[in-house]
Amino acid sequence: MAMLDHTDPREATIKGFARKRAIALAVPAVLIAYLGYIFVAFDVPGLAQRANMDNAVILLSDAVSHKIHVTQDNRRFETSVSVEGSRRAAFSDEQMPDWVDIADERVTVDLTNGHVVTYEGPVITYDLPGYGPIRVTIGETLMLDLPQGGAVPDFINASDSRVAVTTPEGRLTVTRSRADTFRYFFGWEMFFFDLQSAYSGMGPGAVMAAVFGGERLYPDLPNWQSVVRDVWYNSVWRHGDVVWAIGETALMAFLGTFGAAAFALPLAFLAAQNFTPAQSIRFGVRRLFDFVRGVDALIFTIILSRAFGPGPMTGALAILITDAGSFGKLFSEALENTDTKQVEGVQSTGANAVQRYRFGVIPQVMPVLLSQILYFLESNTRSATIIGAIVGGGIGLMLTQAIQTTQDWEKVTYYMILIVLLVIAMDALSGWLRRKLIKGE
Amino acid sequence: MATVLPAPPRISDIRDDYLALTRRKRMYGGLLLLAFIVTFVAGFQIAEDRNAGSFAEGISRIFDFPHDLISEAWRNAANMPAHAANAFPALIETVNIAMVSTILGCLLGTALALAGTRGLAYWPRLIPVARRTSDVFRAVPEIVIALVLIFIMGGGPVPAVIAIAIHTAGAQGKLFSEVNENVDLKPLDGLASVGATWWQRTWLGVFPQVLPNYLSYSLLRLEVNIRASAILGFVGAGGIGYELRNAMTFGQGKFDQAAAIFLMLFATIVVVDQISSWMRNSLTQGRAA
Repeated sequence: MAMLDHTDPREATIKGFARKRAIALAVPAVLIAYLGYIFVAFDVPGLAQRANMDNAVILLSDAVSHKIHVTQDNRRFETSVSVEGSRRAAFSDEQMPDWVDIADERVTVDLTNGHVVTYEGPVITYDLPGYGPIRVTIGETLMLDLPQGGAVPDFINASDSRVAVTTPEGRLTVTRSRADTFRYFFGWEMFFFDLQSAYSGMGPGAVMAAVFGGERLYPDLPNWQSVVRDVWYNSVWRHGDVVWAIGETALMAFLGTFGAAAFALPLAFLAAQNFTPAQSIRFGVRRLFDFVRGVDALIFTIILSRAFGPGPMTGALAILITDAGSFGKLFSEALENTDTKQVEGVQSTGANAVQRYRFGVIPQVMPVLLSQILYFLESNTRSATIIGAIVGGGIGLMLTQAIQTTQDWEKVTYYMILIVLLVIAMDALSGWLRRKLIKGE
Repeated sequence: MATVLPAPPRISDIRDDYLALTRRKRMYGGLLLLAFIVTFVAGFQIAEDRNAGSFAEGISRIFDFPHDLISEAWRNAANMPAHAANAFPALIETVNIAMVSTILGCLLGTALALAGTRGLAYWPRLIPVARRTSDVFRAVPEIVIALVLIFIMGGGPVPAVIAIAIHTAGAQGKLFSEVNENVDLKPLDGLASVGATWWQRTWLGVFPQVLPNYLSYSLLRLEVNIRASAILGFVGAGGIGYELRNAMTFGQGKFDQAAAIFLMLFATIVVVDQISSWMRNSLTQGRAA
């Protein structure tokens, strides 16, 4: 009879609707309030001022272009021409680009569109069409002579110790110690061959021709081998080191994931209710898993890098320990879901404990375990990049180093592309293995 | 006309075939295992060669640092509450980074999943675009986006939020679209038959079916993102990770500060994991309305 007291279905439904509507309004309201609080707490309005859009422009343009520096040493008055100012990528006299003319007392740099920079010892001139020559004389301080006198235009940034002229054609920077002219070019320079290589400056057709017939460019090696060697030891892009770094990152993920699985599997038996009746052991092992998962990769990474030093082993161990906790939990849950009938069947044939596990339990849990391991393998490839940046190994380290120099943006772009490709490749590999091993296709 | 049946296989043949099959299977399994072990050992050797310190040496020193840390923290136990109080705002920031990036990422992931599910998408032609977008978002590690954004925006929580949110959107986009594929289309047909627009069909027909799963996945993601936001702090994106790095670079003598941060981080992760698993349990068992 109690049922009849308050059940007016219509009223109940209306009440239910009202409650649902209230929730539907309250949830977005709470969310918006929270985001509003974050907007203030993270100082998002102030971000607009702090954000440096010049950096964004530099990043985007540098990612797809390179610049060649024409540098004069203002103490000895010697001039060098190099890619991105790197000493390893300096042009020799024979390789000098035709837009730079180095005569005895006078260096002329043609920046196209009539923009010409000349170095005449301590007098440096930027000839800007439509404005006139901008002359900087190096003395105790820098003397700036502007053609039209008066105020310094905003494309010139001048102080006593530094003058910079920035135009779309290029950039001139003068300090007491050196004068630098930058000219920008599209593309990644010397991606395959550096300037030391005999193949430097050859087009793909010429390289192909040299590989298939053609004279040896190095007397000691056949051409196809020297091509590989020159690309591998390219001093600017360091392809060999990059390949090793990518390999290290993948190796960290591989060793960490499978090592963790190997540790976690026996422990998972101890944590599963149907295999370990003793509650105290179960409790202890489970708390161990919880502890390891809670301590987190970051803390393990720091502790381990103190003991093992930088390198892939440290990263692999950090992944191993963290994931052993996660795997232990997942595996023990999978073990608890096993069917006892198969185990009993195996037991009825007189199997001992090891055989019961091998033939009664493992075949049941293997697909679940494998699919989890492979899923972790893919996600650990990403973690290995971050962990590598902290412990100092793999592509993560190269990426952070390239970003910290704040000028090698084309390398940053290159590494980013490689990392994404690595993750996609690992994803594809683990997907393929999952289909192959679990579904048996 | 009598049909000539093939002679029935004899029992011994069947047994021989079966045993041969088993042997072959075991051999393949054994070879696979062997190949795996060889790869693993070789990989271990390479990692050992390319590491600064050797494995054996490192193992013997593995407890040195925790020992220093704990003994110093123990000696200066009186300072610990003060250190914890100092680092508390940073901890709040880390939790906030994780929560905001989870919310934003899951909202974007929902949009990507809806746009990428056959039968539910507003523009069916853009399904492959939405799917590839979430694949790419998922593949980019947070650190890559975070470091680039730190260069542009300067350090602080916002680059970390954006980086984690993008990755979250990709991951959730995939998970959510798998949920969407199991949606019962009958309610949608019903709504369409009374003239509901796409928005009404999605809001009234799809969301009630998928929301519990979405929430459950989002809570799991929050657990992941708490860790990610701590680790990104270590590479310069603010929060408790940044404090931890500072404490670590001060080195000996400041380990009590590092220990306090370790403890807080540990406690936070455990608490968030517990709350999330409790909420997920109530979602799956339907206790929460």
